[in-house]
Amino acid sequence: MHDPATTSPPHVTEAGRSGDDVKADLLVRYATSTDPVEVGIERSKVAPFYGDAIAQQARDVLHELDVSTGQLTIVDDRGALPFTIAARIECAVRRAGLGAHRRSLPARHVRFPATARDRLRRSRLYLPGNDPKLCVNAGLYGADGVILDLEDSVHHGAKDAARILVRNALHSIDFGTAERMVRINQLPLGLEDLDEVLPEQPNLVLIPKVESADEVRAVDARIGAVLDDDRPVWIMPILESALGIERAFDIATASDRIVALTIGLEDYTADLGVRKTATGEESQWARERLVNAAHAAGLQAIDSVYGDFQDLDGLAAWGRRSRALGFTGMGCIHPRQIRIVHAAYAPEPADLERALKIVAAFDDAQRRGLGVVSLGSKMIDPPVVQRALKLVAEARAMGLLPDAHDGACR
Amino acid sequence: MNESTGGATGGRTATRESRFAELIENAAGRRVPALVNGAVQTPFRGVAAHRPTGNKAAAPIRSCADYPTSGDKRAPSLRDALERAGLCDGMTISTHHHLRNGDRIGTLALQTAAAMGARDLRWFPSASFPCHEPVIGLMDKGHVHHIEGSMNGPLGRYCSEGRMRGQGVLRSHGGRWQAIQDGEVEIDIAVLAAPSADFFGNANGSHGRSACGSLGFALADATWAKHVIVVTDNLVPFPCLPWQIQGNFVDQVVVVDSIGDPAQIVSGTTEMTKSPDRLLIAEYVARFIRDAGILRDGFSFQAGAGGTSLAFLPYVKQMMREQGIRAGFARGGSTRYLVEMLEEGLIGAILDGQTFDLEAVRSIRDNPRHVATTPFTSYNYHGKGHFASMVDVTVLGATEVDVDFNANVVTHSDGVLLHGIGGWQNCLAAGCTILAVPSFRDRIPVLLDRVTTLCGPGELIDVVATERGIAINPRRQDLLDAVRGSDLPIRPIQDLKREIEALCGGAPRPPEPSYDPVAVVKWVDGTVLDAVWRTSV
Repeated sequence: MHDPATTSPPHVTEAGRSGDDVKADLLVRYATSTDPVEVGIERSKVAPFYGDAIAQQARDVLHELDVSTGQLTIVDDRGALPFTIAARIECAVRRAGLGAHRRSLPARHVRFPATARDRLRRSRLYLPGNDPKLCVNAGLYGADGVILDLEDSVHHGAKDAARILVRNALHSIDFGTAERMVRINQLPLGLEDLDEVLPEQPNLVLIPKVESADEVRAVDARIGAVLDDDRPVWIMPILESALGIERAFDIATASDRIVALTIGLEDYTADLGVRKTATGEESQWARERLVNAAHAAGLQAIDSVYGDFQDLDGLAAWGRRSRALGFTGMGCIHPRQIRIVHAAYAPEPADLERALKIVAAFDDAQRRGLGVVSLGSKMIDPPVVQRALKLVAEARAMGLLPDAHDGACR
Repeated sequence: MNESTGGATGGRTATRESRFAELIENAAGRRVPALVNGAVQTPFRGVAAHRPTGNKAAAPIRSCADYPTSGDKRAPSLRDALERAGLCDGMTISTHHHLRNGDRIGTLALQTAAAMGARDLRWFPSASFPCHEPVIGLMDKGHVHHIEGSMNGPLGRYCSEGRMRGQGVLRSHGGRWQAIQDGEVEIDIAVLAAPSADFFGNANGSHGRSACGSLGFALADATWAKHVIVVTDNLVPFPCLPWQIQGNFVDQVVVVDSIGDPAQIVSGTTEMTKSPDRLLIAEYVARFIRDAGILRDGFSFQAGAGGTSLAFLPYVKQMMREQGIRAGFARGGSTRYLVEMLEEGLIGAILDGQTFDLEAVRSIRDNPRHVATTPFTSYNYHGKGHFASMVDVTVLGATEVDVDFNANVVTHSDGVLLHGIGGWQNCLAAGCTILAVPSFRDRIPVLLDRVTTLCGPGELIDVVATERGIAINPRRQDLLDAVRGSDLPIRPIQDLKREIEALCGGAPRPPEPSYDPVAVVKWVDGTVLDAVWRTSV
């Protein structure tokens, strides 16, 4: 780390991280002065190749932030990509009380599509919001969604830095077919998060530790106020306390933007004062309650995460039980979990085979104008037909049926 | 004496300026020095274009009259042994690297020679490791003139900064055999560490507390060196069984307390990478092998111990189980992962070049289907065929790849020597060569317009697999046809490169080379493929 004794001028701020274990990030220092802007690079792993580009980018960012004086130093660049360099410089400048109401966005390479209310949300990959190295390739692993997290994975002192970094990531990183989600902080801090990230069009906002419909309404209102087009931004409240679970249906119906309810088991079990187990008996009721409330409100029910990313068998077992309860997806803390989770939430082959037969019989009955669907000598009840139709549609969306469109991850 | 064997002698008078000898452009379009350490070089002429004639070199004739009839060739110490070997200035001393970063003998041999006052030695290891850092001091003091063998870590930096008096010569494992048998390098004294040996000099690497598995890299040294000293810390009664090195090649045997640090020789168990990107690339590689139709009964493959060349094994294993496929043979770098497949019956035999963990050492010792190979059987280009070309698919790493599929494995973009060539160049002879690489490292793209150092010509490299997509060499229309309809992200290499550059904020702007050649990269036929230029200190 740097020597604080060298930071004597009037006002010195820093942003980012340095050290040999840091990858894809950098530490920048800004010192206020009355002299015209000066940019220096103390150390960069990529200086011979990108030194000029880094210095030029630093000048451009300062210009966009309307900063014309002071000294900016790239103290230690560990191979940071441009979106990170821009975010750290902006953070250092803002910490110096400058650049207010301005932003410096990195280059954008793709346009990001809106997502459908009822799209697949089997897996959502958590990405710590203040760590740039994990998010660059996050879209490559085939997750249905990626969550840029501003809440629990970000230290209190780095909330401002993470917000800018996440904003830049949303602006410039291609997450492939994954739905772009942001977990904001609890209110009121979460509202500041929204102001920063909403212009970069996340598809979905997760609100943590929700205990009342009012919190959801506050987020809904802020989204409406900040957005200047009618593109959808969905909401997924996370219920993480006994009170939140009790109010599940109220919360589920608080806004039209809500597409799913999910549960946070670490906080929930802490609230109850019980141990969180790998099989989850202690949260059985809460999860059933949430599933029921979600379905009553016409929403998806999404499960928590499985905390041991080495234990893939435990994860598979958890996922199968979760699907049996009525959940349609869960969170992932490591890319390795994604494939296991997708398999766990897929229909059982035998169930799918039977459903396909029922659907064929149903289509046949429709064609022939028959009111009763029968398979062999058995009559099939309407709810059974409905469930079969749903299962086949689900399997098609997951790319498990041959005529499914775009089953590949990219 | 073959003209090119005067390397050490020529090097003795070499000064830094002599490196600025005439540069010639070779068939790959790279500028290479006409003279290396005073010896005239043949520039690379193209793949399979250089066909030398004549006979192989040979070791001098010896007579049993000069060796004890009891068979006991023990010398009291390494110093005595070197003295009896006639150590003098300018000699070439060779060692092998089967003890990897745990080796004590490479450094000890040179330190002992230095203590005896020898100067201007050429060290000719089959590879060097960071543990050999003390050799820098011996070079500074003039005892060692230069190293011909892979250099990484501190030695790589020393050479790259132009501090070595002579020039480094980087060869593949097969190329080292070729250079010895063709007489390009004449070894005066081979000092060969042996985990087990008897007093006659029979030796193996599979037994003893310093067991390393095979001793294949030492076989050329034992066969061609003028004088062979076996050094062991595990003297066993005659006969040492099995004998990987035959005592009939050996002049003297020295017993020492320890030839190496067992913990650094083989790992307890090989760790599989947890990096999501590497695992993704590994999965792509396995699926590519399947979708291209390479994965079929009786197929063969090469695996390694590092990164993706290891990580694709579990995926391939799963596919082989599912489809009831059995591989005819696998070439190692062996690890417990390969051993498990052998023991499960998924592989017919392991033809092993290096043994990386304890499970693999156990297997090569106990399982007759797990055999040690040598650079002669596997890699030597000037032979009557080699195993490398019989392998259906090989998965390798690289530091850089360019849009013509040329690849670099010895330097990073900053031009500093970081890795040896190992068997990498030789493995390019496989039916399908796949380079598994991340698309960028520390912001610096791995896909470039032109590699910093050319180690493998693009015509031998068929597939580049990154986490962002797979590029197939347009020369391999058969592979492009075979994977049509696959759901793998197969993309033109230019396309991949553009995406990576957009992410990294443009193409890197490398500094102009110094054109001061501190080392050369030899091709498998002994011609000079490229030079490594001095970097700034």
